[in-house]
Amino acid sequence: MKALTIEHLNKTYRNGLEALKDINLKVEEGDFFALLGPNGAGKSTTISILTSLVTKTSGSVTIFDADLDSQTELAKSYIGLVPQEFNFNGFEQVKHILVTQAGYYGVPAKEAEPRADVLLKQLGLWEKRHTASRSLSGGMKRRLMIARALVHNPRLLILDEPTAGVDIELRRSMWVFLREINQRGTTIILTTHYLEEAENLCRNIAIIDKGRIVENTDMKSLLNRLDKETFVLDLLEPLTDSSLLQGIEYHQVDPTTIEVELQRQEGLNDLFTVLTERGIKVGSMKNKVNRLEELFLTLVERPESVE
Amino acid sequence: MNNRRQHHWIAFSTIVTREIRRFLRIWAQTLLPPAITMTLYFIIFGNLIGSRIGEMDGFSYMEYIAPGIIMMAIINNAYSNVASSFFSAKFQNHIEELMVSPVPNYIILAGYVVGGAARGLFVGLIVTLVSLIFTKLTVQHIGITISMVFLSAVMFALGGFINALYARSFDEVSIIPTFILTPLTYLGGVFYSISLLPEFWQNVSMLNPVLYMVNAFRYGILGVSDIPVAAAFAIILGFIVALTSYALYLLHKGTGLRD
Repeated sequence: MKALTIEHLNKTYRNGLEALKDINLKVEEGDFFALLGPNGAGKSTTISILTSLVTKTSGSVTIFDADLDSQTELAKSYIGLVPQEFNFNGFEQVKHILVTQAGYYGVPAKEAEPRADVLLKQLGLWEKRHTASRSLSGGMKRRLMIARALVHNPRLLILDEPTAGVDIELRRSMWVFLREINQRGTTIILTTHYLEEAENLCRNIAIIDKGRIVENTDMKSLLNRLDKETFVLDLLEPLTDSSLLQGIEYHQVDPTTIEVELQRQEGLNDLFTVLTERGIKVGSMKNKVNRLEELFLTLVERPESVE
Repeated sequence: MNNRRQHHWIAFSTIVTREIRRFLRIWAQTLLPPAITMTLYFIIFGNLIGSRIGEMDGFSYMEYIAPGIIMMAIINNAYSNVASSFFSAKFQNHIEELMVSPVPNYIILAGYVVGGAARGLFVGLIVTLVSLIFTKLTVQHIGITISMVFLSAVMFALGGFINALYARSFDEVSIIPTFILTPLTYLGGVFYSISLLPEFWQNVSMLNPVLYMVNAFRYGILGVSDIPVAAAFAIILGFIVALTSYALYLLHKGTGLRD
């Protein structure tokens, strides 16, 4: 079954801005799906239409078996939203926010309270359950928004930049949590600026640019299209004789750092064999940029200049 | 269908509970000021000035103004509770919690209106208790008194909701109460009987809906009124139907909420 079907979706704002142009998209039930695109591409407009925060101009949206226009209540009941901006009442206590949100979905308080307790413990907010939400740190607020989106057990979780401004440790722990949620059967749609996040978590991907879907495929096929990669090698000793690297396409960043560009069909073994033969010792190696990022930049049109 | 109805009921009671919790949490802003203001009205107008005015419609001035002051507190608080709570929800964006949820518009409206009416009634009760320090109130028509209190609170809560939907700033939330609600209340027969006015101004006063509420409520308590009580009920019910329809139309259109 499809968790989400979008057909011929268009949105033109009152100021004439065409935010979405004939968007078609399908997300399978159980998928972990990435919706990527540069700023202003139409990601947030799409999500806002799915969650009824923005009215579409034309087209249709179906969430599982419910049409968003004719079965609005049912369609909305399937969705949990983690928005980009903090949007809870700063004066309300953390636990009240969750129980109230569950109430909006018809979950009675006696059922919502234990659910809220479980989520607060899982997301490390238990100690703050009686605290006004405005007193939470940025990371805690992000986790509270995830807990709030999950308290009514949605079948489709939509995360709009869930880890923006979150430190690496917390981001990683959120990834683990989201993977678990997905493995338990919740379909997840994620938008993020951290392409590493999308590459790590998502199985399928759509890239939106200037209101159009420019790519919609599975992550593996997309990454396979990458025909070359750039690796950064940290050398144990400074490279003083450039003739040692004759025959290798490289760029020296500083005496102990070089960047090597390899075609996809070239293996890393050959490179290391050559380096070993020539007595060059490598301490560590990493991708120069995330693989998805490299592809992303080829798929979306970049602004001509950034001031 | 039953399941759906049950969900609606839970959502409705959740909104009402949240609204009541809100005005109880900020009691120093919501419950204390009307108690102090109304006490001052009783002391200044009822006690100090009222003793020189003498009787009005056969009652001491203090007795005469008490129902009007109670009604004034009810409608002001019912209005401002919904206006400020709903606008704050817009301002802080947490109205999105409701907008993404499956709660239908009529439940959102009913929840906020009942929450606002609850504050109106709560404050009305406080002011009634304060008034008992200054005068004796014997309710003549209990049914009329209770229904008028509830209907007036609902009507003004609806007004507050529409105000909050249109408002784009906190200034716009206070414009209607300051420039429309306050004059209507003061000219609505709280402190005087319109029989004291020249005929022209009596006729003008009849256009003021607050006059009907104050007088019908006064009739419930004292048994006297400047206007026919049945007309008061008809007008208030008419306003409630019109304001409810308009608020639902605005919610459906997404006025002030969504592009």
